[in-house]
Amino acid sequence: MKTEELEKRAIDPGPDKIIGPGYDFATVTDKIGGVVFQPIEKTPRQWWVTLLLAFIGLQGLLAGGFWLLYKGVGVWGIVIPVAWGFAIVNFVWWIGIGHAGTLISAILLLLRQDWRTSINRFSEAMTLFAVAQAGMFPILHMGRPWLGYWLVPYPNSMWLWPQPRSPLVWDVFAVTTYLTVSLIFWFIGLIPDLASMRDRAKKKWQAVTFGLLAMGWRGSARHWSRYQMAYLLLGGLATPLVVSVHTVVSFDFAISLLPGWHTTIFPPYFVAGAIYSGFAMVVTLAIPTRKWWHLEDLITMRHLDCMAKLMLGTGLIVAYGYMMEAFMSWYSGNPHEMFMYMNRATGPYAFFFWMLILCNILIPQSLWLKSVRQSIPKLFFVSIVVNIGMWLERFIIVITSLHRDFLPSSWGMYYPTQWDWAVLAGTLGFFLFLMTLFVRTLPSISIFEVREVLHHLAPHAVDDDMSPSPARGD
Amino acid sequence: MARFEEPEQLLEAANKAYSAGYRKMDAYSPMPIEGLAEAIGFKRHFVSLVVLLGGLTGCVGGFTLLWWIAVIAYPHNVGGRPFVSWPMFIPITFECTILLAALSSAIGMLAMNKLPQPYHPVFNLQSFAERASIDRFFLCIEAEDPKFDREKTKAFLEELDPEEVAEVEK
Repeated sequence: MKTEELEKRAIDPGPDKIIGPGYDFATVTDKIGGVVFQPIEKTPRQWWVTLLLAFIGLQGLLAGGFWLLYKGVGVWGIVIPVAWGFAIVNFVWWIGIGHAGTLISAILLLLRQDWRTSINRFSEAMTLFAVAQAGMFPILHMGRPWLGYWLVPYPNSMWLWPQPRSPLVWDVFAVTTYLTVSLIFWFIGLIPDLASMRDRAKKKWQAVTFGLLAMGWRGSARHWSRYQMAYLLLGGLATPLVVSVHTVVSFDFAISLLPGWHTTIFPPYFVAGAIYSGFAMVVTLAIPTRKWWHLEDLITMRHLDCMAKLMLGTGLIVAYGYMMEAFMSWYSGNPHEMFMYMNRATGPYAFFFWMLILCNILIPQSLWLKSVRQSIPKLFFVSIVVNIGMWLERFIIVITSLHRDFLPSSWGMYYPTQWDWAVLAGTLGFFLFLMTLFVRTLPSISIFEVREVLHHLAPHAVDDDMSPSPARGD
Repeated sequence: MARFEEPEQLLEAANKAYSAGYRKMDAYSPMPIEGLAEAIGFKRHFVSLVVLLGGLTGCVGGFTLLWWIAVIAYPHNVGGRPFVSWPMFIPITFECTILLAALSSAIGMLAMNKLPQPYHPVFNLQSFAERASIDRFFLCIEAEDPKFDREKTKAFLEELDPEEVAEVEK
């Protein structure tokens, strides 16, 4: 089949196939690389609209960040007893979103799930950009962000060292390690594809740029052998890492003595919640991308179906977490614990609590139905709902436990200000901005791994699937 | 250098070249092919060893750093608890282990592959530069091989049913 045909063609091969018909090693390269080499005037209009919206959102971060640095954290709604407002809510939310990327690329690599290939690059990029957003919040929240480097243990003239027993210091190590390892994993995975892009580039500057990034990769068998080992080991290292990162994030809460935070269920339930929200975000981003560049035959209904099932599964673990929280607060017999839970369900933030139950537990149950998993608009809707629900979950955890202190004289309320919203919208814009640029400038699907899938499929699929058949053309 | 259309052909050619006694050769493919490295006589690599050493360094180094901070550089008496409260040091020790192991796997792999490498003679062959990373499979027998003979090696490669046999200029 001709490349031009393939670029326009978009047949979804259905829920049981991970790749559409008619591809060989060269056409798959051109199809994925075609998104990058597309002339500027041919870029889909929706892409420009998204980029513009993201750019406008990004201004919120610049304005909010500037005002915060100029005036101090008082411009946010944080007032004692609620000292952890949107900054921590957003931090936990963003870092959780990143987790699905690592899960797809590392854990599914170890489990040899063939459907991970066409979405891993994309979700790794999502991880990287989401962690970048997350990392900004604790630093902005410090009050004097320019002293942020004090968190790092380095010999200094003050003879001060960070407290190694504090979960907040653990966080510094966990998040920086996570960002570094995600970046390495993503870049190592890109090298062979960058070499393909170098050899396919028509313009000199493109060839030079991709050539520099590919570092002279030539596909030698010895190189591949070391490469595969390194990649597998990175997957093996990233797997416990992803679990540890959200565990450490949950320790920020669980190590404290506050009712509603001080529970042992936090680490597993945070990790499940992180993967839940991350898959929702991958689905939210993958649906428009596959549509705009006609990638329905590479990111097929089978991919979306698998992700929907994983969302359902992790969502049920999260639901179990909520149940256990309620049960333990009753079973503990501790009046503060019981009060905390009743306050969540009936107190001033009860509306958000019930919205959270609706978004995270009730609506996602529709994913049991095949008709919902196989319908793009419905799946898109559920994924957005889960994103919102997981944000509400962090809001409820952070705010409701803080706003009712042990003594009624220290009770308070938390109301976010416009600057809280500006920074949240700003990071959404920044994230989307980076994602839109990424899908346009780098191969967003791992080309060499799709070639491997083709090679494995080839012997028994030549007759029915792999040969171009006019009946199934566009 | 011979060019093949299918991965299986390259694998077979590599096996035949090895049994014919060629040792200094390399096979190039746009994606990893199982068994190809073994076929050209590549026995072992040290990636896993490097990663293990990196991980151990991170583990020992991380724990030592925390111990040194908590006991020597900045001792803090928190309600009479011991300075070496080692369970509280585990999260950071773990993160340091992963960080150094991951860095050593990436840097180690690139260093052992001698990348970045700005120049390599195989790219002088037009069809290699255009297709080796896309859809063609190459076997290169190097002139340094003791069995190498311009005519005989060329004849040998042509027997393997390639699309093309060409010489690579240094």
